[in-house]
Amino acid sequence: MITFDDVVKVYPGGSTAVDHVSLELPTGKMTVLVGPSGCGKTTSLRMINRMISPTSGRVLIDGKDIADQDEALLRRGIGYVIQHAGLFPHRTVLDNVATVPVLLGKTRREARTAALGLLERVGLTEEFAKRYPAQLSGGQQQRVGVARALAADPPIMLMDEPFSAVDPVVREGLHREFLRLQQDLGKTIAMVTHDIDEAIKLGDVVAIFRQGGKLAQVGTPQELLTAPADDFVAEFVGRDRGIRSLSFDSAAELPVGELPADLVLDEAGRPLGWKSAGGVTPTGGTFTTSDSLRLVTDLAISSPVGTAVRVNAEGAADGVVRHHDLADYLATRRAAS
Amino acid sequence: MITYLSNNSETVLAALRQHITLALIPVLLGFLIALPIGYLGVRFPWLYHPLVNVAGVLYSIPSLALFVFLPVVLGTKILSPLNIVVALTIYTVALMARTVADGLRSVDRLITESATAMGYRRVRRLFDVELPVALPVILAGLRVATVSNISLVSVGALIGIGGLGQLFTRGFQLFYIEPILVGIILSVLLAGIADLIIVLIQRAVTPWTRVQGGRA
Repeated sequence: MITFDDVVKVYPGGSTAVDHVSLELPTGKMTVLVGPSGCGKTTSLRMINRMISPTSGRVLIDGKDIADQDEALLRRGIGYVIQHAGLFPHRTVLDNVATVPVLLGKTRREARTAALGLLERVGLTEEFAKRYPAQLSGGQQQRVGVARALAADPPIMLMDEPFSAVDPVVREGLHREFLRLQQDLGKTIAMVTHDIDEAIKLGDVVAIFRQGGKLAQVGTPQELLTAPADDFVAEFVGRDRGIRSLSFDSAAELPVGELPADLVLDEAGRPLGWKSAGGVTPTGGTFTTSDSLRLVTDLAISSPVGTAVRVNAEGAADGVVRHHDLADYLATRRAAS
Repeated sequence: MITYLSNNSETVLAALRQHITLALIPVLLGFLIALPIGYLGVRFPWLYHPLVNVAGVLYSIPSLALFVFLPVVLGTKILSPLNIVVALTIYTVALMARTVADGLRSVDRLITESATAMGYRRVRRLFDVELPVALPVILAGLRVATVSNISLVSVGALIGIGGLGQLFTRGFQLFYIEPILVGIILSVLLAGIADLIIVLIQRAVTPWTRVQGGRA
């Protein structure tokens, strides 16, 4: 666990970057620090590996004050990924990844062998090993950056806007792979971003900072969407937070109605579409009990007959949900909570 | 010219040997002295501008003046080759200290910071990351210093020691064109070969500067 204990950072010249922040980043979870520029999120991140030292207050890792630890040794135990990756241009991809193990005293040969495995882990084939960073695309560089941070298997990873320099399509892919990787590895991660959507998508815990280096709210993505602490958080989280919060609700409990007569099925009971004047109109998609309410809502709204179709594991239709069913369900759920 | 060469091969070879020694020892010494000085100019940013200014002034001292003046300071004989070595070392340091500082300053802050964040201590970071990344700039400066030294050695002939330069003075004294031509050709060749060797070394130690960008 990483603990910020009443941390203040005032830069020479008097500007306060971080203002009495107390925060706990739980072990094995991803905590995202998010906020507008100049809110102290990056300064806070860089205090975890002592790239910046606090003016007052303490930063502790597993209860131990990091100010008492050797800087270089501390840093070798903390993976670090930054925007544009910051790879060493004079080293091959393989040697970039091998950096920290070599610093920790492994032989170059051992470190390179381990590095090859890591490249595979982040989705790069062996042919990239001998290339130099200048020969890689932005997305590939970022993967190497992640592999380099993971090389010494540190329990903690710091990530400073790691995905913001790549285009949206590549970023989407990196997000997916990163979530899968984190599911396997269970690192304690602190990530900085200015993108609230990214924070909500990736974070187990999201800490929203406001201008002047103050913490506005800390909570799970769902808590921030459904119960913003104040207007600043509500606005920062965004206008369509009601709809977005449905992403975190499972459709498992949602009651379904019987299949209506105008739903056309094939022999196996799979939905083909809705009867219409011109023949059969496709359903435009189906959901299962493991999908989110957001998907169900979207299907119901976009369906030509205002109805979302549920299918079982075999793909056979086993129920439908109409607009008003959804509205009723959300209303009773709200009344219950 | 062929006749001149075959009749005077020993004189010419001795002059060439002296020329190489007088030019290259200062390159080596100057480079080694310039490394720490250039580093200081980066480590302590307030030192950078004084360093550049002092280097500029030193480099602008006319070489002949320095050759004549140094014996007074060093207490050496006016004809000692040491004067040439010291003078050219001063020029090399003046040129290279600034180049080393500029080379180190050209290293992207992102790279040095990520090295620090990965747990490099200062000295190892300098040798493992900053110097290698600065090498293309530093070696470019070394080429200039080497070629400049090779041409400056000849000036030493005016005070009696100057490698191939002595062929010029001899030719002028005897109204004899051959030694002058041989001297010119050999010093140009020497400068060209030395330059080529540094370029080859640069290609060998900085392969990453020649890769084609595969960014997509």
